Amino acid sequence: MRTWDRFKKSYLLYSFKRDPIAILSFSVLFVLVIISILAPVVTPYNTYDTSTYDIMDGETPPAWMEGGSRTFMLGTDIQGRDLLSTMIYGLRVSLLIGVGAVLFQSFVGILIGLLSGYLGGKLDSFLMRLTDIQFSIPYLIVAIFTSAIFKLAFGVGRYAELAVPLLIIIIGAAHWPIYARTVRASVLGEKNKEYVEAARVIGISRWQIMFHHVLPNTLTPVLVISTIQVAENVMSEAALSFLGLGMPITKPSLGSLIRSGFEYIFSGSWWITFFPGVLLIIFILVILLLGDWLRDVLNPKLYKG
Amino acid sequence: MNHLLEVKDLEVKFALRSGELTAIDGVSFTLDKGERLGIVGESGAGKSVTGFAIINLLSRPGYISAGKILFEGQELHRLSEEEIRKIRGDRISMIFQDPMMTLNPVLTISTQMVETVLAHRNVSKADALDLSLENLKKVYIPSPEKRLSQYPHECSGGMRQRIIVAIALLTNPSLIIADEPSTALDVTIQAGIMDLLLELCETEDMSLILITHDLAVVSQVTEKIAVMYAGKIVEAGSTETIIRDPKHPYTQGLIKALPGSLQPGSRLNQIPGMMPTLTDIPLGCAFHPRCTINATVCQMETPALISVDDHDQMTACHMVK
Amino acid sequence: MFAFIIRRIIQAIFVMLVISLVGFLIQHNIGDPVRDLVGERVTPAEREVIRDQLGLNDPFYVQYARFVKKASKGDLGLSFFYKKPALEVIVSKAPATIELVIVTAIILIIISIPAGIYSAIYPKSWLSRIIMAFSTVGVAIPVFLTAIALIYLFAVELNWLPSYGRGETVNLWGWESGFFTWDGLKHLVLPSISLSSIMLPLFIRLVRAEMMEVLETEYIKFAWAKGLHRRRVWFIHAFKNTLLPVITVFGVQLGILSAFTILTETVFQWQGMGFMFLEAVDRSDTSLLVAYLVVVGAIFVSVNTVVDIVYGFVNPTVRIAGTK
Repeated sequence: MRTWDRFKKSYLLYSFKRDPIAILSFSVLFVLVIISILAPVVTPYNTYDTSTYDIMDGETPPAWMEGGSRTFMLGTDIQGRDLLSTMIYGLRVSLLIGVGAVLFQSFVGILIGLLSGYLGGKLDSFLMRLTDIQFSIPYLIVAIFTSAIFKLAFGVGRYAELAVPLLIIIIGAAHWPIYARTVRASVLGEKNKEYVEAARVIGISRWQIMFHHVLPNTLTPVLVISTIQVAENVMSEAALSFLGLGMPITKPSLGSLIRSGFEYIFSGSWWITFFPGVLLIIFILVILLLGDWLRDVLNPKLYKG
Repeated sequence: MNHLLEVKDLEVKFALRSGELTAIDGVSFTLDKGERLGIVGESGAGKSVTGFAIINLLSRPGYISAGKILFEGQELHRLSEEEIRKIRGDRISMIFQDPMMTLNPVLTISTQMVETVLAHRNVSKADALDLSLENLKKVYIPSPEKRLSQYPHECSGGMRQRIIVAIALLTNPSLIIADEPSTALDVTIQAGIMDLLLELCETEDMSLILITHDLAVVSQVTEKIAVMYAGKIVEAGSTETIIRDPKHPYTQGLIKALPGSLQPGSRLNQIPGMMPTLTDIPLGCAFHPRCTINATVCQMETPALISVDDHDQMTACHMVK
Repeated sequence: MFAFIIRRIIQAIFVMLVISLVGFLIQHNIGDPVRDLVGERVTPAEREVIRDQLGLNDPFYVQYARFVKKASKGDLGLSFFYKKPALEVIVSKAPATIELVIVTAIILIIISIPAGIYSAIYPKSWLSRIIMAFSTVGVAIPVFLTAIALIYLFAVELNWLPSYGRGETVNLWGWESGFFTWDGLKHLVLPSISLSSIMLPLFIRLVRAEMMEVLETEYIKFAWAKGLHRRRVWFIHAFKNTLLPVITVFGVQLGILSAFTILTETVFQWQGMGFMFLEAVDRSDTSLLVAYLVVVGAIFVSVNTVVDIVYGFVNPTVRIAGTK
């Protein structure tokens, strides 16, 4: 309860209430997240279940256009799935992968950053060299390449089955360096502070100090980059799916939908690409805006006069 | 009475997101041809802002909210961008504090000098180059031809400041505003720059406004002094009178703080406390929290700057009659 | 300084070795060199013979060493699909990607520098606000959506520009160029605009931030105090100082751009290296994949190394510290 009270009086909440963009982004994001979590309840159809649709319904336009009907509010895709439902399920999968990958990245990155920063020495040099190497390769290439290899190694069918966890690992592995670097920088700063000295003098073990004392104080920057990372992960997943290296067409994410709809814009069925595209952009945008706001608020150095 | 420069009731405010702050609150002074004025005070008193305000070079949230600035008959604060551009660097030159940061690191000395001439005079590049060379000689720069083709980082600190003085002289200005010109330099070089400025003012018949916190320098170079505290002038008069017989407690404190008058080994006399920041200016006399006198009236009423016994000495203190 | 260069080069070689190891592992475990060589209609017995001949039953490190030796001579295996040496295939596709990247770079420079400088000098004008809004929103829009939107607008609806392929190309000593025909140039427009949309928001913000920082410096203030004309202060005094950090970032980003060509080439069916990569995935052409990894990795590492060394020359603090 006390934490809630502290939060209510905090600067965070205060500046949130004063920033219309933050409020708007948060509201939109909140709605989208709730909808995607409650997908089975909210959507008219469960389009991940292949028995619920018929290919004969394919390429129906949205309800307000000629040829459309209210059974499929935003039309159907080429397989006959209701577009609206599929989009929401797709959003859900993207969100799942985005957050899952962040958990993976932060776990690996924090561990490496903490060990590297606190223990220093040869371990630090080695880990940082590793980080630098991966950092110098653009994350998208790492993700694309890794997924291509996995696809070849597992075969198309098995790859499709394991898509979600595989994507979490792939995208997570592509992005951990930023966490490692950020945490290490934080740890280096905290290492020299008095409370660490004090703890050492009292005789608390290194591990205890690292995990119980230093770690909590390095989490603010982690929180900031995590928000933006969710957006980046979602974008990576969308890119992979668009290339055919991500979610399969049977369980499409927004990226896969866009891919499947692409050829059909020439024949006039523009909605298959359009609506998932718009949803994807809005989703990423609100996360980025919130992330930007969070970074500005939590960083006292930035005073924009 | 036609003064070269007349500043009347100048007010400068800073428009921040959280509100407006007053940096300069009703400052007035005059300067005649050939006169040398020192504006003295601690950091944050508003001295530099006054200098910038004269040529309307205030950094963005700052602006002139009230008052008049008359120079050679023109109202500077009313001039358009283009009109004041013509005066800056031509009739009034300004020298900044840190010679390392004042010159553009990617341009040669000659570029930075020649462009100043070309901006204000209709001459050929070759003539401008000659003029630059001449001015470098005036400030006693050795092998000036070599210097022209060099970059700022190839010159020492003292040399850079001399070059900046040379730039200031290029157009024969009537007034030079020098903002802490020797603070960033070490003591021997400092003396050299001050001597140079003094000599040039006399030979070129220029007026000088020397903005500094260093009373010792001011006492040697200037004829008049204005002491500033928290955005206001608290004492003004001829240098000789003020140094000999300061009436305002703050000025007295400043003079007592000079190490020159002490026995070796004794403690320095400091004025206790610090000057208030712009957001925390006390009511009444801004100095009262640090003042040894600090009567009730000092805490409630702001003292006005009024003449004392001598005509030219003015003090803003309730306790001085 | 020399030590710094050597160190940097050693780091580059090390990274290349790592890349080659990864490439080798892939080829070793997933690829099928026998099939690449003789196709699929071979009996198991014949396969074993060929495997022995190819040295596929030798110990791991021997095979790896062989791989590295062959790679350094330019032999990266045979493409199963094209029935040609993999390196040859990549080199034939390279001009398409390179020309695309060049045009994109030009677009980036022409737009981001003026836009960044303008919004730094006049931050409150409506044009600046639009530019900044665009750069904030633009980051959220994936490149393939921009590409699709552009195709829909300009190719499908307005029919002004073509929607796929390179169009007519001219063969200059083996380099297939699209620069010399109107058709080729028209085909370059939409793909390069799409590709530039990835980096444009970033660069505009970078130029603007640098310019704003420069405009707050003492030497700019002095330039104003000297009474110089506005244009001179902005474009001679400020601009030069803004460019330096921008150039270094630009160099690095150019390397990253080559990654995103994969996404753009797919949409436009642009026959470059990126498109080739995806086709290779579809066709399980492992040799080509590995070759792509090695080649692109090499390009990447060399660009990074060169940029780092150049930056070290220009920025003395890096030289003294050695490596960061």
